[in-house]
Amino acid sequence: MSKLIEQPRYSCALGVQQTVIAIQRAVPIVHAGPGCSTKIHGLLGQGEGYAGGSTIPCTNASESEVVFGGEKKLKGVIDGAFKVIDADLFVVLTGCTSDIVGDDVGQVTREFQNLGKPIVFAETGGFKSNNYVSHDLIIKAIIEQYVDRYAPAKDQVIPGLVNVFASIPYQDPYWIGNLQEIKRLLTGIGLTPNILFGPESGGVSEWLTVPQAEFNIVVSAWPGLKSAKLLKRKYGTPFYHFPYLPVGGLETGRFLREVAAFGASVDREKAEKFIADEERKFYTHIERTADFMLEFRYGIPRLFYTILDATYAVGFSKYLLNELGIIPADVQYIVDDTPEQYREGIREQFRRISDRRSAKVEFSVDGGEIQENIRKSSPKQRALILGSGWERDLAVDIGADLLPVSVPITYRLVLNCGYAGYNGGLRLIEDIYDRVLGTYR
Amino acid sequence: MPKVNLNLTEVPVREKRLGSITGFAGTAGELVDCSSNGCLKDGTRSFSQCMGCSSGNAFCQLSMIRDAAMVNHAPVGCAGDFFGFNFVYRVGQMERDLPPAIGRYFNTNIEEMDTVFGALSKLEKTIRLAYDRVKPNAIFVTTSCASGIIGEDVESVTDRMTKELGIPVVNCVCEGFRSKIWTSGFDAAYHSIVRKIVKPPQKRTNKVNIINFWGSDVFSKLLNRLGYEANYVVPFSTVSQLETISEAAATIQICPTLGTYMGAALEQVYGVPEIKAPMAYGLAGTDAWMRELGRVLDREDEIEEIILEERAAVLPKLEEYRAKLTGTTCYLTAGSAHGHALIALLRELGIDVQGAAIFHHDPIYDNESSAADMLDHTVKTYGDIKGYNVCNKQAYELVNILNRIRPDLMIARHGGMTLWGAKLGIPTLLIGDEHFSWGYQGLLNYAERILETLDNREFVTNLAKHSSMPYTKWWLEQDPYTFLGGNTHVKAY
Repeated sequence: MSKLIEQPRYSCALGVQQTVIAIQRAVPIVHAGPGCSTKIHGLLGQGEGYAGGSTIPCTNASESEVVFGGEKKLKGVIDGAFKVIDADLFVVLTGCTSDIVGDDVGQVTREFQNLGKPIVFAETGGFKSNNYVSHDLIIKAIIEQYVDRYAPAKDQVIPGLVNVFASIPYQDPYWIGNLQEIKRLLTGIGLTPNILFGPESGGVSEWLTVPQAEFNIVVSAWPGLKSAKLLKRKYGTPFYHFPYLPVGGLETGRFLREVAAFGASVDREKAEKFIADEERKFYTHIERTADFMLEFRYGIPRLFYTILDATYAVGFSKYLLNELGIIPADVQYIVDDTPEQYREGIREQFRRISDRRSAKVEFSVDGGEIQENIRKSSPKQRALILGSGWERDLAVDIGADLLPVSVPITYRLVLNCGYAGYNGGLRLIEDIYDRVLGTYR
Repeated sequence: MPKVNLNLTEVPVREKRLGSITGFAGTAGELVDCSSNGCLKDGTRSFSQCMGCSSGNAFCQLSMIRDAAMVNHAPVGCAGDFFGFNFVYRVGQMERDLPPAIGRYFNTNIEEMDTVFGALSKLEKTIRLAYDRVKPNAIFVTTSCASGIIGEDVESVTDRMTKELGIPVVNCVCEGFRSKIWTSGFDAAYHSIVRKIVKPPQKRTNKVNIINFWGSDVFSKLLNRLGYEANYVVPFSTVSQLETISEAAATIQICPTLGTYMGAALEQVYGVPEIKAPMAYGLAGTDAWMRELGRVLDREDEIEEIILEERAAVLPKLEEYRAKLTGTTCYLTAGSAHGHALIALLRELGIDVQGAAIFHHDPIYDNESSAADMLDHTVKTYGDIKGYNVCNKQAYELVNILNRIRPDLMIARHGGMTLWGAKLGIPTLLIGDEHFSWGYQGLLNYAERILETLDNREFVTNLAKHSSMPYTKWWLEQDPYTFLGGNTHVKAY
């Protein structure tokens, strides 16, 4: 599989500026060339939020910073940021220029930290990794450089309090909706979730309670795991890992029951009552519309392709097959540059995607290559592509329906839409069939 | 100022070539004086917000050549703008009735080890892959901060691949850190086209090159009547079309900020005359531009006829709009020459332009013609502009200023700026199509849109009520140019 990329679907390490923006009243300070921030926002954007986009403080490193070093410039920009921008936490992020020339950004940041300023830093030079990987790096930086320092009661565990590491904000275009649903569900079974990102979280003050969690929950194929392991090492907090996005009745029920079993403080009976109630509501809708799915005569998708990150690919595949009866194409594609050690686990998920069916999975970061393969496979049945805006022509060419789920989504405007949980499952059915039925005149 | 030199791998950036600046606070008249006296100083900001970079602007032109492929030699983050430009490309295809085609853009995915051992073999592989997948008629390679700092000899690879593949494989040097002025990226793109694609003329044709972005076609009608044909470059051109732009009768730029280098290069290297006049915005500017076009194309009588006709058609309605708009206050933010043009246009409509934040300033264009100085023309024709700020997209300064002057209207030409007018409850207008306000009809088009914007305030009023402001109270009370200092000397040109 090539490492070259046609049609990128994620960003570089500096892409985590979007992770920072997703924390309420946290602001990135970018020490990089002049175009980096804008390009990241262009791919992982749709709205500047509180202080993203054109508001992001940046050193806009020029030739003189490359030749003579950019530490002085960075100091000036940090200084200005504290005066100009009204924020609770600043996160200094480096780009290729400063990481290659070797600016001591840690030293510059520590000067401000020593004055008691809320600021942390991380090395995120674009070439170092991608934003899936550096997401955990930022969480680590905030935990070690800010939470450790300012958390009021690190040793006092609060029963029922959990930290949730689920979506990567903006890389998951539906992060707000997904986190909202996950918070609603966990609250429903009696937990108090620190959701950490987005309008459902308490911002930086919520982060300060991270060490006090009874346990942590990772809802993801692999990003977020490092953060959970870090917290286990640091504070001894155990964690529960659900390796894909729970979508719909079966998987959400499984997720909640396993969480309830994991947490000592969860009242199992109450949790079960909540789950049963949610399932009842969810399946009422499925039952009510089952006749449509069985009887619509003019063609609805019978086969699907996922061109998604691992978390979404597994979650959607299970739901589409097991609850909607749409069958996976022979090969499913995963585009998040999954590190080698997690690949076998993901293959295994696809191997037993239902009790009686399995699918092969290919890992590729090169969208152009994936599209060539799918074109060659030319499916006979009407197909559904769960991919990105890049799949627009592919979908037309093979007569498929396209739901853009992965970055760049571009052809959709996302507010609080999410596909996680019971509500997300219903929403996914609506969105898929909205597109399918929209093709009839 | 150095003449166009096609032997150079990279074009010198605007700071060095033209003495361009990104920091200035004063009046437009003062800036014009400084520019023409060669005493222009640049300002640096000790606090700054993110801008754009050359590689994006280079990509924005090259990526829409219809039968070329792009290779971006960079970490994957630099490819963050691929889809945005693909989107623009496809919208343009719709508007020009072209069949839908996806942009074929490749990224070499420079990783940590590559910064140690070099990534030229990766580049070579990617170029081959692009060739195999796309079978393009040319491949352009854009560079990045990472490839530039580790010192990749891209030219050696593009030369070698040109021989191997039998199509032009063209190096476009556009590292972000090289210039504070992102429009340097246009120059980089054009340099690579004129250097490696354009062929010496075999004949003169009746085509007129129009260096442009993606706007609507406003030139065909005019040029056809004069017996000429519009040839839009660079987006939506084919490689073979670009090969022959040296044969054109003249070159028009829809905006000298965009086309300064290409216009001069074609004139200096191949003798294609460039129309050197204020842009066709506002009555006086449009008259002057039309006459210069008539002179260059040898159609002076026809042009006088057209001027009379068009004026007669537009003036009554224009008076009507002027009566409605006179006294309206406005603040403007835009790129350089287009910003100057919009000031002229707004003044023509009777609007009181209280100030402007213009992204950079070229004291002179590559053609060295003072007749083409749009800001000078605007100041002379319509009077000085008091709060004239050269500012490379610094939203914090803009918010501070808007909060002070609270104009009736804000106009922006670039994304990322309109929000701040709206959050303060100021009706705000962004016009994407740069041809929309062009010429006599453009005055009416703009007036209509402005009246519509002024009338439509429900959204901004409500937004202002419920918006948060990420700027501190302290900042909003400071002088807007608090962080602009330094006054670095700019080399005289």
